[in-house]
Amino acid sequence: MATLLQIQDLVKEYVDGDTITRALDGINFNVNKGEFVAIMGPSGSGKSTLLHMLGFLDSPTSGQYIFDGINTHELVEEDVAKLRSRKVGFVFQAFNLLAKTSVLENVKLPLLYSDIPEHEWNDRAKKAIDSVGLTHRLYHEPSELSGGEKQRVAIARALINDPEIIFADEPTGNLDSTSGKKVMSILEDLHDNKGHTIILITHETHTAEHAERIIRILDGKVEKDEKVLNKRSSTDNFLK
Amino acid sequence: MNIRHYAHASFIGLKTNLVRSILTILGIVIGIASIILIVSLGNGAQNLILDQVKGLGTRTIIISAGGDAAGPPNRTQSTKVSLKQRDVDALEQKSNAPHISKVMPLVNGAGTAEVGSNSYRISLFGATDAMSEIYSLVPVEGSFFAEEEVRSSSDVVVIGSEVKNQLYPNEDALGKRIKIEGHNFVIVGVLPSKGSSALINFDKAAIIPYTTAQNYIFGTKYFNNIVVESDSEKTIALSVDDIKNTLRTLHKIEDPTKDDFQVQNQADLSNRLSIITDVLTYFLAAVAAISLLVGGIGIMNIMLVSVTERTREIGLRKAVGATNRNILIQFLLEAVYLTLAGGIVGVLIGTTLSLIASFLIIKVFGFDWTFIFPYSAAIIGVAVSAVVGLVFGLYPARQASKKSPIEALRYE
Repeated sequence: MATLLQIQDLVKEYVDGDTITRALDGINFNVNKGEFVAIMGPSGSGKSTLLHMLGFLDSPTSGQYIFDGINTHELVEEDVAKLRSRKVGFVFQAFNLLAKTSVLENVKLPLLYSDIPEHEWNDRAKKAIDSVGLTHRLYHEPSELSGGEKQRVAIARALINDPEIIFADEPTGNLDSTSGKKVMSILEDLHDNKGHTIILITHETHTAEHAERIIRILDGKVEKDEKVLNKRSSTDNFLK
Repeated sequence: MNIRHYAHASFIGLKTNLVRSILTILGIVIGIASIILIVSLGNGAQNLILDQVKGLGTRTIIISAGGDAAGPPNRTQSTKVSLKQRDVDALEQKSNAPHISKVMPLVNGAGTAEVGSNSYRISLFGATDAMSEIYSLVPVEGSFFAEEEVRSSSDVVVIGSEVKNQLYPNEDALGKRIKIEGHNFVIVGVLPSKGSSALINFDKAAIIPYTTAQNYIFGTKYFNNIVVESDSEKTIALSVDDIKNTLRTLHKIEDPTKDDFQVQNQADLSNRLSIITDVLTYFLAAVAAISLLVGGIGIMNIMLVSVTERTREIGLRKAVGATNRNILIQFLLEAVYLTLAGGIVGVLIGTTLSLIASFLIIKVFGFDWTFIFPYSAAIIGVAVSAVVGLVFGLYPARQASKKSPIEALRYE
């Protein structure tokens, strides 16, 4: 299988006055196209920092990150924005939907910054919203939606640009178990049936076990990188 | 991302905080509204004054005793007595001033008119029968006095409507007696009420032959003015030169800066008055424009707060592909929308206030006022408010565009 992203000796340091905090301390791994990888670790382990690097939201202090054959180190701000726009989709723990803006408009947001012609926008957005089962909520505002519904809107938004990879940062963290299960089943469907590459960040084992592979991070280093033998399916009992 | 998408994104941003957006633009609204109001009223006042001047007639030239007030301070009291009968005689000579068709001496002053125990303060004019034509004064009752009565220093008077109403309120005044400054006159004409015209309120005036005024009232041999009419508008400049030359020769003046008289025509007067009202209007408008500056600072302040509050939104937009430039333009446009909306609302409010003011001026003061919409002030005002948005929106928009997406998403 083709390698989608390669990271070598990735280091991220934060400088605060005289104190230097090393959030990532030489991370190495590859992710292939079509993989479903969970990154696990306790809070403060550096897993969110890692996701920010992988999603081009932040740049590493040192080390290499090659995405789809592109060395991201050499990119300028506009190119990075282009990568975010075309190659990746984000799902955040806090949903991050625009208030007082309809579901349809929220999902269309990434298209605003893309090259996709405007006459396709509505169809694309409606298709994406349909794929997360929210067609009946098209013109509702986020304040009228439940947490689970909000996260499904966020997933539709992440899918709209047909990205190479979806980054999900604790997508079930703010949800009750039923909603969380629904969200996980959608992510699973995207991987199993539609071939999307997904990187999921979580600190819950039962959530991570939906993935094919779990990378455990501790103190900014990869502690363990292993295949999931008994992959959990969303049809299993979510709370064991 | 095209302009329409930016417009939409910015519009949503403003709609989300509607009340704040409205409060933010108040400064701009007040500034623009004041400018519109001031310029509209200024133009209205200018029109009113110019209409008065036009009441003089476009062929009229007024010679005043005394030098130009703007000239060097080298004159004595005697200059006020510079216009005499010999000047009138000289100007009537066709060889001196071929294009002059009428020459009328004028003496005037304030006085008291009495009928029985009633008395009333009037403006007293001593003139000739030509007064009627030059100032378009046609009595509604009786008639103007004639040349013969001027020559014979007759005790006849033409009174204004207000003088009649005060002294003969409920009866016919024609042919009745009136005592002016202790001298008895017979009322031969009553003028219609016409308000103020040519900067003189003839409603409160009494007009008598200048000979009578000189001999029995003022006891002088001088004129305050000589009013001259040129035979056509085209010959005004020629006539003005002729008048100056004639009077200078007569008064033995070689240096024109030492003239002991002033010659003005309607065009001169219009220009002078226009300059005065223009300067006043623009000065006041400039004062009002300061509030635009204050409004702009208010906008900057609120935009900075808004940028901080919307850190998360900025982060999200960047995470889904927005460039720094995209964010900069969005926030800049929000500021411009705010100020532009403020400008337009300001024009509407300013116009409404001007209309109300015009209505009140007409109703309460009875002026012949016309409402004027100041097109140039409106266009400049709206344009300037957009520029204010650009200038004061730039710093907050730059702050927004510089936010790192992860800091933005982490922000709680």
